[in-house]
Amino acid sequence: MSAGVSGAAVSPGPAASGPAAHAGDHAAAHGSDPASGYASDYAPVSGWGRTAPTAALVVRPRSREEAVASLGACAGRGGIARGLGRAYGDAAQNAGGAVLDMTGLDRVHTIDADTGTVVCDAGVSLHRLMQVLLPLGWFVPVTPGTRHVTVGGAIGADIHGKNHHVSGSFSRHVRSLDLLTADGSVRTVRPGSRLFDATAGGMGLTGIILKATFRCLPVATSFMSVDTERATDLDDLMARLTATDDRYRYSVAWIDLLARGAATGRAVLTRGDHAPLEALSGLPARARRDPLAFRPRQLPAAPAFVPEGLLSRTTVGLFNEFWYRKAPRLRRGELQRLTSFFHPLDGVPHWNRVYGRGGFLQYQFVVGYGQEEVLRAIVHRIAGHRCPSFLAVLKRFGEADPGWLSFPLPGWTLALDVPAGLPGLAALLDSLDEEVAAAGGRVYLAKDSRLRPELLTAMYPRLPAFRALRAELDPEGLFRSDLSRRLGL
Amino acid sequence: MKDAFGAPQSLLVLGGTSDIAQATAHRLVARRTRTVWLAGRPSPALEKSAESLRQQGADTRTVAFDALDPEAHETALGKVFAEGDIDMVLLAFGTLGDQARDEADPLAAARVAQTNYTGAVSAGLICARALQTQGHGSLVVLSSVAAERARRSNFIYGSSKAGLDAFTQGLGDALHGTGVHVMVVRPGFVRSKMTAGLQEAPLATTPEAVAAAIETGLRRRAETVWVPGRLRLVMSALRHVPRPVFRRLPL
Ligand SMILES: Cc1cc2nc3c(=O)[nH]c(=O)nc-3n(C[C@H](O)[C@H](O)[C@H](O)COP(=O)(O)OP(=O)(O)OC[C@H]3O[C@@H](n4cnc5c(N)ncnc54)[C@H](O)[C@@H]3O)c2cc1C
Ligand SMILES: NC(=O)c1ccc[n+]([C@@H]2O[C@H](COP(=O)([O-])OP(=O)(O)OC[C@H]3O[C@@H](n4cnc5c(N)ncnc54)[C@H](OP(=O)(O)O)[C@@H]3O)[C@@H](O)[C@H]2O)c1
Repeated sequence: MSAGVSGAAVSPGPAASGPAAHAGDHAAAHGSDPASGYASDYAPVSGWGRTAPTAALVVRPRSREEAVASLGACAGRGGIARGLGRAYGDAAQNAGGAVLDMTGLDRVHTIDADTGTVVCDAGVSLHRLMQVLLPLGWFVPVTPGTRHVTVGGAIGADIHGKNHHVSGSFSRHVRSLDLLTADGSVRTVRPGSRLFDATAGGMGLTGIILKATFRCLPVATSFMSVDTERATDLDDLMARLTATDDRYRYSVAWIDLLARGAATGRAVLTRGDHAPLEALSGLPARARRDPLAFRPRQLPAAPAFVPEGLLSRTTVGLFNEFWYRKAPRLRRGELQRLTSFFHPLDGVPHWNRVYGRGGFLQYQFVVGYGQEEVLRAIVHRIAGHRCPSFLAVLKRFGEADPGWLSFPLPGWTLALDVPAGLPGLAALLDSLDEEVAAAGGRVYLAKDSRLRPELLTAMYPRLPAFRALRAELDPEGLFRSDLSRRLGL
Repeated sequence: MKDAFGAPQSLLVLGGTSDIAQATAHRLVARRTRTVWLAGRPSPALEKSAESLRQQGADTRTVAFDALDPEAHETALGKVFAEGDIDMVLLAFGTLGDQARDEADPLAAARVAQTNYTGAVSAGLICARALQTQGHGSLVVLSSVAAERARRSNFIYGSSKAGLDAFTQGLGDALHGTGVHVMVVRPGFVRSKMTAGLQEAPLATTPEAVAAAIETGLRRRAETVWVPGRLRLVMSALRHVPRPVFRRLPL
């Protein structure tokens, strides 16, 4: 069976022509009628980890009216919004029902160049925003490890970036959003309301975000000034992060989870801020002439077929060793391109294919400050299990965000990619979940593809309020996803 | 829903008392399965199977199902799917028959075929349609090495399994791209009720080993699973043995 499509691959189909007159009509939604005004298709859909593809009617509204009309396709087995499909698991899938591909709603409405306030459609990607904002001297308030996510996905998962300890999650910068709810009405939702707090991090289950207004960050250049240092083991790493994180707007540590013994938890810290103009003085004239240029580099895409097992303990171990050794013990003020600092993986399109057709998953959890023992124990257990994980990231979060299902809480978050086929992985992660939950921590729903549902309420204590609000707003359960079915959200 | 490892939350077993199915159900309940339906001919054994899964914590119900009564399949299975999504269907019913006796009793031989093949065609199509409507789920079918090449010693059973195997492969192709995963499982000799008292064949295995192979197959979304895995090689060699030689092999 094919591993499914990512959102980006869903064909745009015929261009929208006029309003979606009979978009509520189910036959039209099946694509049998190209004049229906929106393109649609029935197709296997999976998350970024490509682990559990399911089939859905993929509907791609091009306008607010078409979005409202596309609720008609959600009758039966419900519907869910999908952005660029960068959630690792099944958050933006809906087996047997509708998946509303929101990337057709792609207008940037206004940018206030003085205040950095942006109004745009939910399907606009952060990549696109960077293209239009940087020349004006603005940057998105929060960016995840990939810029190929939509604004809707950023709010739906209430994403965090390397600046969480300073700036909080994405939704903290949102001033208002337009939400299409199950009754077919479009509501303007502002921070401080129950509906806002349920929607931020609500994984698309309160409705379809159509448009958002949010504030950006002023920047003088498209370069980053970066300090790099090595930490010899986990304790050294935690000590360094604790001591000096508050000096940096952006902070993250890349941790080598294959290192064992005394080197367990060795890491490279990269921390920094947007470079001021003066910092570019050492660069060639060309770069100085256009300090806000945004020129991401693109390498060839990963091949469509990769044998399983390419990423073994040996290959990943070698990679980690090389990358740790090549990092300087200490280097200050290095200028890096914004894209290499924030989105190193975006240089290789479809890099998720390197895990082969068995797919992979990301395990990300957070435990509060004071739970360092738990973090230590977990890192040792992962290292002991020899997970071939070459992208583990450790970061300190700041204050918790208001979203009821928002992931961050003040504490340590660790994220690692692992091939799904690793022997013993399911049981290992189950038992790590227990430790995380017992320590008052949680796993990130945007990354999840395997949590034991029984642990959910312990991890997300505001889940009862979320469920109550959904029952009130959407009694028929129009908005549903594989994630919501699997975890009983 | 199945998780990233292919572990189902709900399971429907056709042939609820099968030893292989029992071992598989217990293994899956230890993972993520919380709802189990055991379909089978009503009997104390069926209730006992259900009880042992309940003991393990699974919400388990039984439903009357006879492979030899295809007219009733739609109603019996429809009722199960109407109650909620089924993440995995395990088609486990089957009968070995008695080759020597069945050669002399065509009606008995036909019953083997009707159970293993036509019963499975009817039940398989009904489940496939329901899974397709859900847009997800795995249909796991217990075929057999006997399906690979008919042998003198059990060609009645073997031919019924060959039909089932071919049917399942075709069904898998038909469902490609619908979100439904179809998996053919080909065990060799398994020590179970079905083979009690028979002389063991080489590479004999256990219901637990078949269950483990099924779990791995689900994770890989495999289309074919041999148990033990080495049989795949053995059978690919045997497939090419010329008839005059094959006929005389002590199989
Ligand atoms: C390489 C990589 C690095 C990442 N790094 C980070 C990171 O550092 N921090 C972080 O927080 N996350 C990170 N992520 C996860 C990613 O940021 C989130 O999953 C994000 O939600 C993806 O956005 P998307 O547009 O692809 O949404 P999708 O994956 O398509 O959907 C994600 C969720 O948002 C909902 N949604 C999407 N659009 C809408 C809408 N218009 N209205 C309502 N709901 C909607 C969906 O229903 C779904 O529940 C990373 C992912 C990858 C692949
Ligand atoms: N054991 C082996 O060596 C072996 C090898 C390869 C393949 N297989 C296959 O694996 C499957 C399970 O076998 P097993 O070893 O677990 O044997 P088992 O314990 O004897 O199970 C056989 C099952 O089939 C059911 N069944 C038979 N006729 C039926 C009918 N008309 N309607 C409904 N159910 C019926 C039986 O139910 P009742 O309780 O009602 O009789 C029982 O649940 C079978 O398809 C078998 O062919 C077995």
